[in-house]
Amino acid sequence: MGDSRGPKIAGSSERILIPGTGIELPVDFDLSRRDMLKIAGYGSLAAFIAACGGTTPTTTSGSVTAKGGSMSIGSYLSDTVPKKGLQDVVDAFTKANGDTKVKVNTVDHGTFQNTINNYLQATPEDVFTWFSGHRMRFFAKKGLAQPIDDVWNDVKSNFTEGFAASVKGDDGHVYAVPTSYYPWAIFYRKDVFTAGNYKIPTNWDDFIKLCQQMKKDNLIPMAFADKDGWPAMGTFDILNLRMNGYDFHVGLCGGQQKWTDPKVANVFKKWAELTPYYSPAFAGLTWQEAAQQLRQKKAGMYLLGLFVSEQFVSGGNADDINQLDFFPFPDLGTQYDSEKALDAPIDVYMLAKKSPTLGTDSGQAKAFLEFMSKGSSQLTYWKASPGAIPTANDADPSQYPALTKKAAQIVSSAKRITQFFDRDSRPDFSGPNAMQGFLLRYLSSPKQDTSGLQGQMQSFWDSLTPE
Amino acid sequence: MATSITPAREDSPEAGELAPTRRGRYNVLTRYDRRVLMLMVGIPLLLEIIFIWWPTLSSILLSFTNYNGVGEVGPQNFVGLKNYQFLFSGYTLFWPAFFHNVIWLAWLAFIATPIGIFFAVLLDRELRGTAFYQSVFFLPVVLSLVIVGFIWELQFSPTEGFINNAFGLTKANNIIDWLGNPRINLFAILIAASWRHVGYIMVIYLSGLKSVDPTLREAAKVDGANEFRTFFRVIFPVMAPINTVVAVITTIEALRAFDIAFIVNQGKNGLELLSILITNNSISEASLVGFGSAIAVILLVISLGPIVVFLSRVMRTTS
Repeated sequence: MGDSRGPKIAGSSERILIPGTGIELPVDFDLSRRDMLKIAGYGSLAAFIAACGGTTPTTTSGSVTAKGGSMSIGSYLSDTVPKKGLQDVVDAFTKANGDTKVKVNTVDHGTFQNTINNYLQATPEDVFTWFSGHRMRFFAKKGLAQPIDDVWNDVKSNFTEGFAASVKGDDGHVYAVPTSYYPWAIFYRKDVFTAGNYKIPTNWDDFIKLCQQMKKDNLIPMAFADKDGWPAMGTFDILNLRMNGYDFHVGLCGGQQKWTDPKVANVFKKWAELTPYYSPAFAGLTWQEAAQQLRQKKAGMYLLGLFVSEQFVSGGNADDINQLDFFPFPDLGTQYDSEKALDAPIDVYMLAKKSPTLGTDSGQAKAFLEFMSKGSSQLTYWKASPGAIPTANDADPSQYPALTKKAAQIVSSAKRITQFFDRDSRPDFSGPNAMQGFLLRYLSSPKQDTSGLQGQMQSFWDSLTPE
Repeated sequence: MATSITPAREDSPEAGELAPTRRGRYNVLTRYDRRVLMLMVGIPLLLEIIFIWWPTLSSILLSFTNYNGVGEVGPQNFVGLKNYQFLFSGYTLFWPAFFHNVIWLAWLAFIATPIGIFFAVLLDRELRGTAFYQSVFFLPVVLSLVIVGFIWELQFSPTEGFINNAFGLTKANNIIDWLGNPRINLFAILIAASWRHVGYIMVIYLSGLKSVDPTLREAAKVDGANEFRTFFRVIFPVMAPINTVVAVITTIEALRAFDIAFIVNQGKNGLELLSILITNNSISEASLVGFGSAIAVILLVISLGPIVVFLSRVMRTTS
């Protein structure tokens, strides 16, 4: 799941907690897991061949899928929690699909994203984890993804129209199976709100007043962290959506609207009302550190995706996750409040067209995609990694905790849904030396006259090769 | 190798025959010799072409395209000087990155390298426990810069980090954002880089000092020169070859600065460096290969300066 939120160096997302210090140490610096897999793979090659001997791939006639055989998955689910989720699903798939051998190649989240272009052109695995939105269409258009209309025909009855639209390429073909999603909202601890006698703010004035009150009470009103560069985009998205509307936001992401528009300046002006209440030194904090501020009751609120719950699960105290709750972004008093638009990114599985094994494994790979579109499989994943919500209609919501139910509900009540800036806009514009850098520049002095900055944003956009 | 007359060998029947050249002189190289020479020159040349010239020329060619990393480069990709034009006039990160490299160079040249030299001179005086000090200062050098980056990230982290906590800044709610504040984060990572650079220079300089003829010092002492004068008037000039090496290493370190800034925040928000702009543009998800190559060409041109100086010095000493 997640946008660009993995740390950026191979393997560094694996962290060990030094007992008693609260300091997390990244381990596994240089050797990527891909290397490790290779090393392990060569060692056990003989055993692998011996084990393979018995199974012969069988194709069920008239079906796009096949049982037995083998297939491979390239995965960016490198954090411990989601990684185990995928493994659980893969084990279930192997059992259900006639002992299909599945090789999972896990690559650090950030590295996977940064190298996706080369990865998809070299020797990718059959199936790969990715994001929907512009980011999916971008690679579909480049001819690096395999259309899966046949799979979709079999499974589409299990998805709402919103999900169906999110996996269509520009050419009308379907390129992905959506498996989970999560909303962005303002998270808080119920016990902190009760103790401080805080009320959920429904409009901007109340929201700012609440921030002031929390500051008086020696809380950090809004946890915020932007060392990773992408979290600030979440705030930009929601402010732009609520102030200027869905259509303008989509146009801005797509280049039909200009960054120099005074509407964008208004967003920055509004944002400056909120920045005084942010975590100190936020440009040097990771999203995980800010999430810990919220968990440790040092901060009152945090605008982030549902995946913030991972930090509450792994925090050690079982009660933490029960205290976590969220509320939708407050109304700004504009005509666009009624859209209730929000970011709700969808994570997907796709087929890599250039995979050298896809020719032989096509049936198995498609069988995996069909398996992933079942509610039962998605729930298997969700149980291990509850930071996102299953997409399938037949995923039984009765076992969801209140937080997940509420998250599903806030998305379904939204009239307009966007993915996230780095999924809705072109990747060459949302990177560290473009949008991420621009927003950090803005945040370094939010009260600045932003016209110069906006001009630079627009001229960077204009410099990009038309898609 | 070019012996005038080589006895015939089994594998070269004509060996030993002296073939007249056009100018009427006799070629001292046998056919066998020529083959060996060709191999000895040819193989390194081939490797050089494949691994150095080809990538270099490709970068230069790519810098005139808008290639995005997918498929083949075709004539339709060529955009002339557009990348360079945007680089110098529109791209707001280029000049900051350039000046950050310059600051990096100045810091290493005027602070880190002199400290390394100073340590070397001190350790050369056969202090007690000099081997211990040497190992301590040299220890960071064996670490990769990536790990140096991780180590210092933990020191500098605003709320969890050692520095802010040790000075009680976290408690006093007076947090210094070492890595997030664009005014100071470059200097924070320069401290991290120097931590390693100082040891590196120290070792190189120390080995040079060990090879200085001790009679020079004695002579200087007899002539009544103090330590200070002895070093700057006698030792330092004698060390000229090492000084060149140190100067070149310092320059190269400054030009290839990358790892620590990339570890900290992928080189944004005040940590832009030319090498990082190349990486972020050309091998990120964005894949602006053409534009990234243009920055790479600029870095190449800048690097040629110290390379030419170094080579001309080396050539002069050998001739």
